[in-house]
Amino acid sequence: MNNALDMIEAKVLSGQRLTREDGIALYDSNDLARIGYLADTVRRRISGDYVYYDVNLHINLTNVCIGQCKFCAFGCKATSDRAYSLTKQSVLDRIAKAASDPDMKNLHIVSGLHPDWPYEYYLDIIKTIKHTFPDMHLKGFTGVEIMHFVKISGKSIREVLSELMEAGLETMPGGGAEILDDDLRKKLCPNKATSAEWLEVARTAHKLGMKTNASMLYGHIETVEQRIDHLLTLRNLQDETGGLQTFICFPFEPKNTQLESCIIRTSVWDDLKTMAISRLILDNVHNIKAYWVMLTLPIAMLALGFGANDIDGTVGGEKIMHAAGVSSQKSLTKNSLIAAIKEAGRIPAECDCNFNVVRTF
Amino acid sequence: MNEFLNAQQKARAGRRLSFDEALLLYEKAPILFLAEWARAAKKRHSKNEVYYNINRHINLSNTCTANCPLCAFSVEEGDKNGYILSLANVADIVRKAAREVPGITEIHIVSSLCPNVEFSYYIDVVKTVKSILPQVNIQAFTPVEIVHFAKISGLSIKKVLQLLIEAGLSALPGGGAEILDDAVRKIICPDKATSAEWIDVVRTAHLLKIPTNASILYGHIETIEQRLQHLFTLRDIQDETGGFNAFIPFPFYPHNTKLAQKYKIKPLTAWENLKFIAIARLILDNIAHLKSFWIMLSEEIAQLSLAFGADDLDGTVGEEKIIHAAGAKAGSLMTRTRLSEMITQAGYIPVERDSLYHSVDNFQNQKHL
Repeated sequence: MNNALDMIEAKVLSGQRLTREDGIALYDSNDLARIGYLADTVRRRISGDYVYYDVNLHINLTNVCIGQCKFCAFGCKATSDRAYSLTKQSVLDRIAKAASDPDMKNLHIVSGLHPDWPYEYYLDIIKTIKHTFPDMHLKGFTGVEIMHFVKISGKSIREVLSELMEAGLETMPGGGAEILDDDLRKKLCPNKATSAEWLEVARTAHKLGMKTNASMLYGHIETVEQRIDHLLTLRNLQDETGGLQTFICFPFEPKNTQLESCIIRTSVWDDLKTMAISRLILDNVHNIKAYWVMLTLPIAMLALGFGANDIDGTVGGEKIMHAAGVSSQKSLTKNSLIAAIKEAGRIPAECDCNFNVVRTF
Repeated sequence: MNEFLNAQQKARAGRRLSFDEALLLYEKAPILFLAEWARAAKKRHSKNEVYYNINRHINLSNTCTANCPLCAFSVEEGDKNGYILSLANVADIVRKAAREVPGITEIHIVSSLCPNVEFSYYIDVVKTVKSILPQVNIQAFTPVEIVHFAKISGLSIKKVLQLLIEAGLSALPGGGAEILDDAVRKIICPDKATSAEWIDVVRTAHLLKIPTNASILYGHIETIEQRLQHLFTLRDIQDETGGFNAFIPFPFYPHNTKLAQKYKIKPLTAWENLKFIAIARLILDNIAHLKSFWIMLSEEIAQLSLAFGADDLDGTVGEEKIIHAAGAKAGSLMTRTRLSEMITQAGYIPVERDSLYHSVDNFQNQKHL
């Protein structure tokens, strides 16, 4: 076993690309600290000592969703007691309130696939936000939402993305990728974008000059091989387009989902290993995010030693993960993020949603 | 820079570190390098095994003459929340444990320095436990309590220990060491055993062939130098006696303590806790085991600590009160299955042990019940 790790170490140190077999061997090894420092070595080479964060507000426009994915605790039917849909005015009010903090410059907009809202509504929301808050950077709509817009509008992916970009959309979050394997998607999320569709949205966005993120939802019914294949699919896409900015590992949070009775949350051990392996496989993606909302801040901070260089943001207003019972706080102050990054021996770099550095500490 | 490189080489090769080298590594070495060297050190002591035990904690009383500023558990005499267990209460708890905890191998007793209780009470407690569960190990009374017993009884430390051993005591836990530096103790625990007294009890116990653990309470007002010096003090004692079975780091939980009201104390992070476990494993080259106490660290961090040199997850503790009073969030019950899973996932072999680190044959054990 150590032999395999020695060979992988030699490859990593000489900058060679890891294979599918290497990825599986890394998962087979329990030498977590060694896998971690290999990832840390690569992190230092690829992304340096900055750790990125942004001061941001999450807006989840609605939880009404036609997706009904098995792993989701957030989405519901329109008739549910939990159902909510924000009006345009309440969205603007929330942003105005958050914008009283002069550092708050980033919006993250991700929502359910509402059965009744027309595509124009989303376009209008983006236009109105950008018009009212011209300084605000807009990150919004996963590949899954874009495919939904395509279906309800009858337009092409390219048309939808071009129109949203023209309205003010600057970048897209990485959600909805889950595991890019259609057998799994049929079981987990049959009503939403297929692997090919998700990839095509990302590819088209990149061609249009818009960067996007990518993610992986792990710790449900997928195998280690499927995780590695997912990472390799993303690596291939990145070789082709270069448009992925950051990669986010989402550990599956079973609470309040349809899978709650049969799956327990994966361990932090697995979280850190997955973080490190992602850093090692995705040699062409600049940033790896430790999303503290799912990991909690103490673990996200540890993840900075296991290959991560992005700790997300202050995250006001997040609802999707908190619906699944994550134990992290609802939001963090900028100072607590800065303190965590510094204790990890790194340089806090405040950025916008396209990783342009605003200031360092 | 040369010194730093030299220190790294020594740590990697498993050679004994000097204080200056340890300090340099603690301040400058990448955390996962420390982890990897600590893991290698762990393997020299316990190969691929990671231990746990099936035990039950009993805290006899919370009324305390010391009232240390570091403590959230104790209350003063006359407080309405004060309690002391009668011998009948103790017997009930032990009988309940015998019924409900198959294969229990340890009763762990740690308590306040209770006023108005004579030394004979403690002897009777040990005898009571022993009469109900003769096959279990009784790990009881920190050196701080032993010093207190000597004071209230007028007996020597040696005599106190001998009487307890006769009654059935098997080992002493490692608590009460805090930081073995009297300048620090004056602030965090002025009214209990001094450093010299703590060390004297441990030395005497080891001479009487009673093993003990050793601990540290860190992350309050001590400096990094004091924190590390404490480890070197323990290493020196161990060179002399060889009687420490395990070292247990206790991160300080400020919640509900007087110390936190008076001093601004920065809470410890998982980062710091894991780094400290690694450096402790590297410094304490002569102590066989390093226990990471899941009650204090949380299950997740305790599991991670296995990658940072720990080789013991302690036990299936029932009704632990002292640490929970200070705001530790982990639950107070753990199962054998869960502990085994945590260890296996970390790539180690789970071994159930008794208080003296003998591996336990589960089947044999369950036949007793």
